[in-house]
Amino acid sequence: MSRREAGIFTRPFLRPGAAAAVGAVLIWLLFAGAAGSAFRSMAGTASYLNAAAPLGILAVGVALLMIGGEFDLSVGSIVGVSGMSVMLLTTELGWSLWPAIAGTVVLCLLIGFLNGLTVVRTQLPSFIVTLATLFMVRGLTIAAARGFTRRTQLGGLDEVAGYELARAAFGSAPVAGLRISIAWWLGCAALATWVLLRTPWGNWILAAGGQPEAARNVGVRVGRVKIGLFMTSALCACLVGIIQAVRFSGADALRGQLQEFYAIIAVVIGGTLLTGGYGTVIGAVFGALIFGMVRQGIVMSGIDADWFQVCLGAMLLLAVFVNRYVLLRAQRAS
Amino acid sequence: MLTKGNSQIASLSRLVAALVATACGAPADRPGASTSDSSRADLRIVAVTHGVSANPFWSVVINGLDDAARDLGVRVEYQAPNTFDMVAMSEMIDAAVASRPDGLVVSIPDPAALGASIRAAVEVGIPVVTINSGGDVSASLGALAHVGQAEYDAGFGGGERLAQAGARRVLCVNQEVGNAALDTRCQGLTDALAEHNVPVSVLAVELADPEDTRQRVAGALLADPTIDGILTLGTTAAEPALAALRDLGRVGTVRLGTFDLSTEVLESIRDGEIDFAIDQQQYLQGYLPVVLLVLFIETGTVPGGGRAIPTGPGFVTIETAQQVMDLTRRGVR
Repeated sequence: MSRREAGIFTRPFLRPGAAAAVGAVLIWLLFAGAAGSAFRSMAGTASYLNAAAPLGILAVGVALLMIGGEFDLSVGSIVGVSGMSVMLLTTELGWSLWPAIAGTVVLCLLIGFLNGLTVVRTQLPSFIVTLATLFMVRGLTIAAARGFTRRTQLGGLDEVAGYELARAAFGSAPVAGLRISIAWWLGCAALATWVLLRTPWGNWILAAGGQPEAARNVGVRVGRVKIGLFMTSALCACLVGIIQAVRFSGADALRGQLQEFYAIIAVVIGGTLLTGGYGTVIGAVFGALIFGMVRQGIVMSGIDADWFQVCLGAMLLLAVFVNRYVLLRAQRAS
Repeated sequence: MLTKGNSQIASLSRLVAALVATACGAPADRPGASTSDSSRADLRIVAVTHGVSANPFWSVVINGLDDAARDLGVRVEYQAPNTFDMVAMSEMIDAAVASRPDGLVVSIPDPAALGASIRAAVEVGIPVVTINSGGDVSASLGALAHVGQAEYDAGFGGGERLAQAGARRVLCVNQEVGNAALDTRCQGLTDALAEHNVPVSVLAVELADPEDTRQRVAGALLADPTIDGILTLGTTAAEPALAALRDLGRVGTVRLGTFDLSTEVLESIRDGEIDFAIDQQQYLQGYLPVVLLVLFIETGTVPGGGRAIPTGPGFVTIETAQQVMDLTRRGVR
């Protein structure tokens, strides 16, 4: 195929994330057919958008970090610890809700900072460092919950001072069954996209992930950028944990399990490269949307949920194939 | 377009079915029978539980659901998150509700996380039956009925058995202190034995550490040699407790009962080392909800006025162990 043809027909798709957008449309059509009117109804639409939102928030932070060249496997555990932290600070230590939320945010930022500092200082693969964090944070969450209360499921947040406002901010469903978490998701994605495309920080992130040596040579403080990105992904996970604690008026020490993998899958489906330096937040938004549509669509069309994992794995593989193809075409075209 | 076509085909086939029913359904003798059969095939019941289908306990529940679906001629779909994930489970209930099934079966291990989704199903008019866990909140969420084991009654029944076997001092081995359901089992045991003036003490052990459990049970028996009865609250504690009795040479002199079944437990009951196992007969937790929902849809009836329908306790003893082992192979126990 000549370069000109590539320009006319494929240039719109030679952008990271475009394939995910096309995929999202195809998957919507697929389930609109298979699940019938349930999937197209308002309740059905709300159900998959609500399911996509928490993962979408995680994926925003993980996407920025992966574009910056690092992994974070600890986000699922941070979801768990942040919910439990809110519960323990309020119901066990008697704090009111908003200070507890502030304290929890500080705790999450600290975990992200330690992740980043360890990776930057030791030059160890972030895959290993954050895998260690995954287990330590999860174990500490369970131990703290059992140590304080002898239970791992805590409830009763709705009786804590400040709950009404927090419910409106994090746990409400203001329009037609659509949860406020969708607004958080899109807001985070818009902010991250702006940072990535319109600020010097965006250039630093892309440079830190793609060409760290070259970036250092032109004065980018790669270490600081990466630590900031780890703190950002921890903050996104923290937000998800707080949203779930407020929405369900309680926490469970096991909450967030496996979410680190789902977030990476959403980001990869969105066209971001595992090697860093290339990708978009918008792509991750579509990746999370696809995830939500498939998981909820399978239930609505009456297919056994066992098949969800099969679909998830197949989509991941397909996405990697498409991404590599798109990347090769993009390189050839330029 | 595809869907539109499908729904046209569906309405066409319904029309054909109706015509066939009218044509063949004989004059006046059984007009209701054929219509009820054809509408039964359209009934769609969705079950959403916290039990992954690869779990041996829940696969028996699923077999119950599937067998009831086949016997009654309705469609049953089974959904569960692939980890203990209450957020995902609540979203699955939302998706099931959006697809407007004729009936919904749910388990409620975490009422705070699942309550709102279940209430939403009730509000749009979907009949709900709860199973396994959540018997205490089932009615307040608007469910028709709860099908499960009453933990207190099961513990009480275990206490009666130990008293009959002649135990005078009993240990309740709890592998998950703090889990309300398990604490309730111990309480039932304690209350049953109090009627026979038999004291009960609770021994907390670690769920994930069988060696530690063995040591602690042995330690408790050495510290108080008058203990002559043990009830373990799950198979994970029963096997180490039996090992401790073997170490001390006290198998048979200390009466041992347990909650739940496993291959090892059944073999030990058959060999006379464990006196009994309390079986919550979870096949019924799959089969009965489908029956209840179909009956409610067709006749508006609910047995027991919405009160919990107990599936247990059933007791497996030396007389029935072999039979239960055979049924386990068929996936119904």
